[in-house]
Amino acid sequence: MRIPLGNPLQLLLLVCSFALAGYAGVRLLAGDWFGVALWFVGAAVVHDVVLLPLYAAADRALVKTAGRHVMYVRVPAALSLLLLLVWFPLISGQVADRYASATGLSPDGFPARWLLVTAVLFGGSAVVFVVRRRRDTKERPPAVH
Amino acid sequence: MVRGPVSTVARAYRRGMPRSPFAPSFWRSPLRGPWLTSVLGVVLLGGITVLFVTGLLSYAAYNPDLSPVNDKTPDKGVLGFYLFSWPTDPHWLYRLNQGVHVTLGITLIPVLLAKLWSVVPKLFTLPPARSLAHALERMSLLLLVGGALFEFVTGVLNVQLDYVFPGSFYPLHFYGAWVFFSAFVAHAVLKMPLARRNLRGLREEKTELVSPNPAPPTVSRRGALWFVGSGSLLLFVTTAGQNFDGVLRRTALLAPHGGAEPGSGPGGFQINKTAAYAGIDPGETSEEAWRLVVVGRAGRTVRLGRAELLQLPLHSSALPIACVEGWSTSDQWWRGVRLRDLAALVGYDDPPDVFVESLQRHGAFRRAALRANQVADPRSLLALSVNGEDLTPDHGHPARIIVPAAPGVLNTKWVARLTFGDL
Repeated sequence: MRIPLGNPLQLLLLVCSFALAGYAGVRLLAGDWFGVALWFVGAAVVHDVVLLPLYAAADRALVKTAGRHVMYVRVPAALSLLLLLVWFPLISGQVADRYASATGLSPDGFPARWLLVTAVLFGGSAVVFVVRRRRDTKERPPAVH
Repeated sequence: MVRGPVSTVARAYRRGMPRSPFAPSFWRSPLRGPWLTSVLGVVLLGGITVLFVTGLLSYAAYNPDLSPVNDKTPDKGVLGFYLFSWPTDPHWLYRLNQGVHVTLGITLIPVLLAKLWSVVPKLFTLPPARSLAHALERMSLLLLVGGALFEFVTGVLNVQLDYVFPGSFYPLHFYGAWVFFSAFVAHAVLKMPLARRNLRGLREEKTELVSPNPAPPTVSRRGALWFVGSGSLLLFVTTAGQNFDGVLRRTALLAPHGGAEPGSGPGGFQINKTAAYAGIDPGETSEEAWRLVVVGRAGRTVRLGRAELLQLPLHSSALPIACVEGWSTSDQWWRGVRLRDLAALVGYDDPPDVFVESLQRHGAFRRAALRANQVADPRSLLALSVNGEDLTPDHGHPARIIVPAAPGVLNTKWVARLTFGDL
């Protein structure tokens, strides 16, 4: 069976791309090649087969429980988890000692500030929910009740 | 992976709940489609291009071609083709460049995650390749996705001082950027025509991204974009402030150099590495012990105590500290001896390059080189005081370098020795 080549221009572009990636890649892998390769491929694998299925499953579970009000929970929860994901080393305190000794700043505020932002996000969402619900009940004719 | 025989999948498919992600109907979100992917793709095309350019500029700002001590990537080869003498004007150049690089990178994280989510069904397309070009394109996607995540993860960890990655940050982030960018350019060129059709035509094309069996929608596509945008906005407003002083810094609630300043008074501004962290022995910096050694033309050497330095003509300059980690201070009022006056003291009336050595025990930049244009700038000082008071130990007492537009680590603290001459 003959494998079709595909668009020759695309092929040329991809070969050029691989050549440059190879040139930089050899240098990227010059030190701890196994560790770097593991991080490079591992990042894609962990994202695609762990992180994404996990948050998709959590979202499905949330939709089942919260029904049509799902956005009032989904938005603050996702934003809070996003902050946790990005600033995990600081929030978890795993770099607290190095951070404090290097910068002279206190590492203690990060978990508290993250919780505070989370509280504000959920609080804001609750306020929007209550306001919209009140408005809806007012606008609806009494007969509907 | 497909676990059972085809019949199992087929049965599951008939029940409306396919178990295998290789079945198109496994992916049920009604949001996925070429329009959403194209919008996110165009945002990333612009954003990542800016990240790449500011990253290359930041690399050039270290003047890696000047001296081996500045160069963390000695085997860069042609990847350093564009290097140039980093200028000293405008004096906030590095502050702006690096503030944009790091703040924009953090702001783009939700867009990147959303983009990867929007195309995940394509990861499981069958057959794996229709042609050689298609097979190569799919292999290139590993470099694209792996590269993007590698760059974002190493960057995000480095700004939080979490050095868990396998090697030194500079070569990993620099070479990783080139691997990623080579795949990024190919991807952008291959997909651009499609994205333009999708955005201009405003009609939904039937691609494998559109679920054949969509679940009832819980949010509109416009709503989903607002959702992603609000994530970016939240990260932006809690990060950008670490490039400003006072109230604005306090808005950077979770960024490493947000919140309160370290201490109060003239020295109460952000510190990259404290004296204790750098291993500075207070005995070595005392008035009696410390002497600055200045070496110049034909080995001409001058040794100066702090009192003698204060007798030389003193000048002021208002310059920021701007770190590769994407935080900076506003202009501080430094006072000290001009570097070019020190060069003249050892026989160089026309300022050459300078090799700076610090008392610090560790740190990749305890020795650093500055180029002649940086030495010649009248604002470049060996600073002895800041904001009207002697330098504090954490800001480099007894003396530190301050150069306009240079990356923070090239403003060497606790200077012990200056060797002028062409490098």
